[in-house]
Amino acid sequence: MNREKKATDFSSPVFLLLLLLLWQLGAMKLSAAYILPTPLQILQRSWELREVLLTVHLPATMKVTLIGLAISLVLGVSLALLMDLSPFWHRTLYPLVVASQTIPTTTIAPLFVLWFGYGIWSKVTVSVLFTFFPIAITLCDGLRSARTEMLELLITYGATPFELYTKVKLPCALPYFFSAVKMAVPMSIIGAAIGEWLGAQSGLGYFSRRMMTQLDGAGVFAPVILLSLVAMASVGLVSLVEKRMVRWRGES
Amino acid sequence: MKALEFREVSCRYPGQRENLVEKLSFSIEPGSFHCIIGASGCGKSTLFRMICGLLTPVSGTILRDGAPLSEIERACGYMPQRDMLFPWRTVGENLALPLEVGSALPKAERNARIEEALADVGLAGLADRMPEELSGGMRQRAAFARTMLTGSSLLLLDEPFSALDALTRVSMQEWLLEQWLRHRMTILFITHDVEEALFLSTSVLAVGSTPICSLTEIPVPLPDRRRRSDLVRPELTRLKEGLMGMLRGQVPA
Ligand SMILES: Nc1ncnc2c1ncn2[C@@H]1O[C@H](COP(=O)(O)OP(=O)(O)OP(=O)(O)O)[C@@H](O)[C@H]1O
Ligand SMILES: [Mg+2]
Repeated sequence: MNREKKATDFSSPVFLLLLLLLWQLGAMKLSAAYILPTPLQILQRSWELREVLLTVHLPATMKVTLIGLAISLVLGVSLALLMDLSPFWHRTLYPLVVASQTIPTTTIAPLFVLWFGYGIWSKVTVSVLFTFFPIAITLCDGLRSARTEMLELLITYGATPFELYTKVKLPCALPYFFSAVKMAVPMSIIGAAIGEWLGAQSGLGYFSRRMMTQLDGAGVFAPVILLSLVAMASVGLVSLVEKRMVRWRGES
Repeated sequence: MKALEFREVSCRYPGQRENLVEKLSFSIEPGSFHCIIGASGCGKSTLFRMICGLLTPVSGTILRDGAPLSEIERACGYMPQRDMLFPWRTVGENLALPLEVGSALPKAERNARIEEALADVGLAGLADRMPEELSGGMRQRAAFARTMLTGSSLLLLDEPFSALDALTRVSMQEWLLEQWLRHRMTILFITHDVEEALFLSTSVLAVGSTPICSLTEIPVPLPDRRRRSDLVRPELTRLKEGLMGMLRGQVPA
């Protein structure tokens, strides 16, 4: 068990390194940096661009992401609570929310630029649309995962409906909530970047597109790398908070 | 005054056509230990659900200490068929549940009572463990301590030992009898196991038919303080045979 774990711990970085090496060699052979830059070229270009990326475009994207995530959380949590409290709204909304997941958000995103302009709100809308529904659904399932027997036991102790929520339903939904957030954080970043790609004056998505028009292949990749790093770091951060708060997950 | 009295109680689950309980009347003396036995699915747990107010009878009244159930607002000592310790709470926090809801007790007093209850069931010092770290018997004892902390003088225990292995079950039975002799609460105890019923109870309540329209009360001819070896007496062996037969529906009740 322990040995196997150690083996897997090393295998994936090694494999990644191999892939990068393959990329490096392939790109060097192709020698067309405007289409396929080598990883080393990307690193070098990222370093050159660090000033503008970190001080202008990263903050712009993070602002959109955080506002979008906050709105999604408020809306998603409210919708989940509404669906859990009222069977009518559960029947009515749940199928619609699930169905809405099949809409390719990316393709309707240009509309938001038309509606909300080049400012921050068109991007926030895209980001919210990416994350709001998964949060609502996951959390609603979490609230419903509370066992009837546990609720009934508390009722026999004389618990109020509010106490049923704080003592059973919310603890049962907490692991689901963290899964939802871990899913939502990268999606929200992607949503923001796509929004910026479609039309903006700043942001990593916008920057990547500008480099594209200048045929700067490595410059296209630099903000993308930064985006993934930020996404991974955020998920890591959420996992840390989760470890502290969730003592239990899954079946009893 | 009776600890519990059913007067012509009928009930059914929503969506069912037939009554599960039909004009059932019986009563329980305070401080007695009754075991309810009956075939699986005959509605034993349903009786408990009515007593603790989770299911309202379609007709008839249930009295607790002489007062109709609908008029009293009191926690009841219900221990469900599965131990139902909340896995995200420590053992101590689980025991705190009945003290947290309704009338909230000051924290210091709460902790003192939890420690006392844990010591009482032989789990002193384990308040900070998680439930999954306990053995099956320890979990049942923790759940029992939690039930005691409801402060109810009537305990409804739904097959508390049926998931335990035979050895643990025997020691838990002896332990429960000890608890009862010490605290003298009124206990209703559901079981499938005739031997368990005879060893524990002052009298057995047998469910003879579905829908449940009567409970046959069979007194157990043993003193309150008893030993396992008492069960091999000829009259008890006969009683056991009779009950087994009744459960299988061979002997009309
Ligand atoms: N929530 C419910 N809704 C509808 N029917 C139910 C519900 N709970 C139980 N029943 C039905 O009521 C009947 C009696 O159930 P109950 O749980 O009281 O049986 P039991 O005697 O406790 O059985 P066991 O010994 O297996 O625990 C069963 O036939 C069951 O199908
Ligand atoms: Mg049952």
